[in-house]
Amino acid sequence: MNASQAAPAGLALGGDTLVKRFGAVTALDGVSLTLGKGEILGILGDNGAGKSTLVKILTGFHQQTSGTLRVHGEETLLRNVDHARALGIECVYQDLALANSLSIYHNMFLNREIVRRGPLRFLRLVDHRQMRERAAQCLDDIGVHVPSVDLPVERLSGGQRQAIAVARAVNSNAKILLLDEPLAAMGAREAALIIDLLMRLKEKGGLSIIMIMHNYAQTLDIADRIMLMQRGRVTYEQRSANTSVAELMDIVRREYRAMRATTAD
Amino acid sequence: MNTVNPSGKAQAPARLDRPRGAWMSHWAAELRILLVAILLAAYFQVVNHDFLLSNASLVNLSQFIAPVAIIAFGEIMLMIGGDIDLSAGMVFAFAPFIMVFANEAGAPMWLAVIAGLIAAAIVGFVNGAVTVYLRLPSFVTTLGTLFLINGITLTMSRGTPSATPGSPEFAAFMGAWGYSEIIWTIALAFVMHVLLRHTRWGVHTQAAGANPLGASEAGIHVNRLRLGNFVLAAVLAGFTGILEGFRITSIDPQAGGNQIMFLAVAAAVIGGTPLTGGSGTIVGGLLGAAVLGILSDGFTLIGINAFTFNIILGAAILAAMIFNIHVGRIRRKGGR
Repeated sequence: MNASQAAPAGLALGGDTLVKRFGAVTALDGVSLTLGKGEILGILGDNGAGKSTLVKILTGFHQQTSGTLRVHGEETLLRNVDHARALGIECVYQDLALANSLSIYHNMFLNREIVRRGPLRFLRLVDHRQMRERAAQCLDDIGVHVPSVDLPVERLSGGQRQAIAVARAVNSNAKILLLDEPLAAMGAREAALIIDLLMRLKEKGGLSIIMIMHNYAQTLDIADRIMLMQRGRVTYEQRSANTSVAELMDIVRREYRAMRATTAD
Repeated sequence: MNTVNPSGKAQAPARLDRPRGAWMSHWAAELRILLVAILLAAYFQVVNHDFLLSNASLVNLSQFIAPVAIIAFGEIMLMIGGDIDLSAGMVFAFAPFIMVFANEAGAPMWLAVIAGLIAAAIVGFVNGAVTVYLRLPSFVTTLGTLFLINGITLTMSRGTPSATPGSPEFAAFMGAWGYSEIIWTIALAFVMHVLLRHTRWGVHTQAAGANPLGASEAGIHVNRLRLGNFVLAAVLAGFTGILEGFRITSIDPQAGGNQIMFLAVAAAVIGGTPLTGGSGTIVGGLLGAAVLGILSDGFTLIGINAFTFNIILGAAILAAMIFNIHVGRIRRKGGR
């Protein structure tokens, strides 16, 4: 496929014929993908297309049954989530993994708390001051505006919460960011806030992004390249500039008809 | 900051400034309950002039507060994580007997106390392991161990009390001296507050209670935290039993029981720890125990009987809970 040869040298992530079976069910049926450095890849597909299984393999949550994965150019089997994280792969799940009753800065350092130095070091007390300062700094850097980092996240809007979750991933030195439906159930204004944020992150450089998406128009708007998944396979792949919503819908419809024809047998 | 803000939403970098009155809003829940405690104390002082301003009555009041508060600290850690320990009142009676047996077997007193605490820890570990790994609701697990531990205590002791072992100095240190219990309580409140707010353990406990799935996605070992908090709660309950044993100079298999466990849960709830998990406060629990202590001590001195006390206690818990849920909701709305 033409698009996949885009930047072979600067590859952040590459998967070759990834297969994942759960017992008799084949969730992924030979998926190959590439993610260039600094690229935004949008993955589209219906429920059960294998998108979330793919994400879970890329985050080390599941291991592929067969196929190989290359991270930053090196062939790697991601043993677990911590391993993927150590390689700079971060995922923002749909539930955002935020603790609502805790403050923004607590959430941004969740499980990565800064521990106080000095003679009482052995007590491993968390350094609230440093965490507040660094969280505010990080939000400033990527242009996310909140009234105060002390606010509990339950007081934030959906878009702000998503922004905090993304900021947390960025703050933990993510090189590859996976976003699971970052714009789901979001109003136009909220979505614009997140799209703005992703564009700024792209401009800053150093971050490659894979987004799992449902909305075709939004995906073509944000992503450099799109990948269409159906029934565990990649059925189409193209630069966003070279395709349109109409074309994508057409492909999905054709595929759907073909599927109905085979199941009718 | 030299980064350009392309969104054009220029805003003063005010994120680090705490909102006005932050200190007040930070401690708002605790301050409310402190106010209630002060008003109640003032009322009883007016009605009965011996309520506060004599040594004996202060000792008496502090001894109402201390055991409820210490057990509450453990329950608060559990309740933040979405769990509860109903067996705490039985561990309260169980641990001192292990201490007595260890001492009779020749262990020095300090070691005997540790043996009692280890026995409590084992009960806590069982509570936690069954809840976490066999996925029983903690309400059910600890309901089972409640009867189980009570039966074991009654069997071991043959239903009869023992005298407290050890030297008078040791006994005084461990609760027999008038202010010993309340000093332990305040020291433990400090330690538990630091644990909850200033250690990764405490912060993770709150995160795991607020969003268990999210916390584990962030790499937090939620099960380990819950298990640890069960152990912690049981050790605190056992320690309270030992302190109370020394105070009343007799170790009674019928001591503690469900009354003190429910009082501790009530103290936690009145202090601002909801049963829904995710948030809670140790200082609030201490103040909640103080409110309960003031109520029961005050009514005892006035001469209102235990039946009336329970009516007022029940109403107080309901009022506190309604207040917490609805005031919390109004505050949240007002803040946006």
